[in-house]
Amino acid sequence: MAEKKTSRIPEILVRHEKDVLEDWLREQMAATTLRKGLMPEAELRRQSDEFLTLFITGCRSGSLADITTSEWAPVRDFLAGTSRSRVTLGFSPSETASFVFSLKQPLFARLREELAKDAAALAEEMWAATVLLDKLGLHTTEVFQQGREEVIKRQQLELLELSTPVVKIWEGILVLPLIGTLDSARTQVVMENLLQNIVDTGSDIAIIDITGVPTVDTLVAQHLLKTVSAAKLMGAQCIISGIRPQIAQTMVHLGVAFGDVVTKASLFDALAFAFRQIGVVISKQQTRS
Amino acid sequence: MDRIPILKLGDFLLVTIQVDMHDRLVMTLQDDLTARVVQDKATGVLIDISSLEMVDSFIGRMLGNIAAMTRVLGAEAVVVGMRPAVAITIVELGLSLHDVRTALNVDKGMEMLRTLVEAPAGEDGHERHEK
Amino acid sequence: MSVTKSEVLRLQASEDIVRVRQAVRAWMVERGFSLVDQTKMVTAASELARNAVDHAGGGIVRMEALVDGGRSGIRLVFEDHGPGIPDMALAMQDGFSTVGGLGLGLGGAKRLANEFAIHSQPGEGTRVAVTRWR
Repeated sequence: MAEKKTSRIPEILVRHEKDVLEDWLREQMAATTLRKGLMPEAELRRQSDEFLTLFITGCRSGSLADITTSEWAPVRDFLAGTSRSRVTLGFSPSETASFVFSLKQPLFARLREELAKDAAALAEEMWAATVLLDKLGLHTTEVFQQGREEVIKRQQLELLELSTPVVKIWEGILVLPLIGTLDSARTQVVMENLLQNIVDTGSDIAIIDITGVPTVDTLVAQHLLKTVSAAKLMGAQCIISGIRPQIAQTMVHLGVAFGDVVTKASLFDALAFAFRQIGVVISKQQTRS
Repeated sequence: MDRIPILKLGDFLLVTIQVDMHDRLVMTLQDDLTARVVQDKATGVLIDISSLEMVDSFIGRMLGNIAAMTRVLGAEAVVVGMRPAVAITIVELGLSLHDVRTALNVDKGMEMLRTLVEAPAGEDGHERHEK
Repeated sequence: MSVTKSEVLRLQASEDIVRVRQAVRAWMVERGFSLVDQTKMVTAASELARNAVDHAGGGIVRMEALVDGGRSGIRLVFEDHGPGIPDMALAMQDGFSTVGGLGLGLGGAKRLANEFAIHSQPGEGTRVAVTRWR
């Protein structure tokens, strides 16, 4: 096993901390001249200063090769925080990552100064430094990605609520017209929403119409069936309408057991069924001659 | 020892479960309810679980037992107010409850009981006690 | 993956089953789990806690809050020094019960959780871990 040598990076950084900070800030400001005003210089200075302090501590206490250990947690957390705040300020992921990457130049300059006489050590330290800063830079990108994904997820849920309204079509009858492709997650949310609607409106029957759904896979079919069972447990009835011949074939082929779930080919049939269930008769008004 | 209160509403008994029940309380309820059906000559039992945030297999079994026992005693039982999250969980858990009548709320539950009780004797093959 | 919070609850009497339900509920509310997820986990906890109390002579449950990458989760590890499970396949089957229960405990808990792991040694005890992710 290779002898664990202490890196000289933390000690060199401490000695040249002020200069490194100034050089680093200059690098950052130069890179962001196109997007002036995204962050005031004072704030940039404060963030850079804090990062440098945490970075030095991390280098001292932790291994330079592994940033996932607890010694690097303060640095990771700090970067995660700055990454998230930069998302909201409008920074691009590259701009956020270059916060870390731009530290390389000032650091390498000092390493060259201090280790001029020892080429081997210089090469080793520069390599260690670049690998370390790459990892930290990538960490900001990952956090950035996660932040974006969370926004997308939230927006998807909101869109979901807007696009799948539950309609009270008659006293005691709800209709849920599903449109578009259903995925497992979406179906679950929609179904939970339907059940809550049943309680809120005190409806006896809910019709899930899948006329507008091109394909249904086993997972989605299972969610639909579970919803029907759940509604029955609650004391309401759930029926499914608008099952296309292709979907019916797929369901049978996949072995999905519809059991005693009431299914109708069309919403029309489902409505007629629902009216009968609640004892409502629709009759034509006699025209007076 | 704490007990779940049982109210008499005409010929029906109403039970509103509002606490997180420990197992002994569940069994006490089962016993109390059965005793009261006989004692009060009740023809219907309404169990309101709208405050229950969870129904596990133990509570599910109690509900099934109550339904079965009241039926044997010539009465009908209806469980009302099951929350959607609870229903979804019960389905996932695999709890059947197929022999337990349910209704969305107390009003519908009462309506159901009245319909069931007014049905002609022996409709579902059970003897009815003479009042 | 790391454990950010941990707590051990003892399981000796049926009151403890209620306490575990409430603790699980509180932890999940704190961590922003959906109502359905909460209910599923609380129910699974109730089943497994009852197994420990009724069939194993008592035990403990270790509640853990997990963080893995961007997602957060909750894990419940039930441990007992009871008789153990001689036939795992049979025990996991719905409807199988050695004590007149409904026999949904293990299979049910598995269905209600995202992750399920069980280890049992007859004569030594059983450990069941269930995890739900947000």
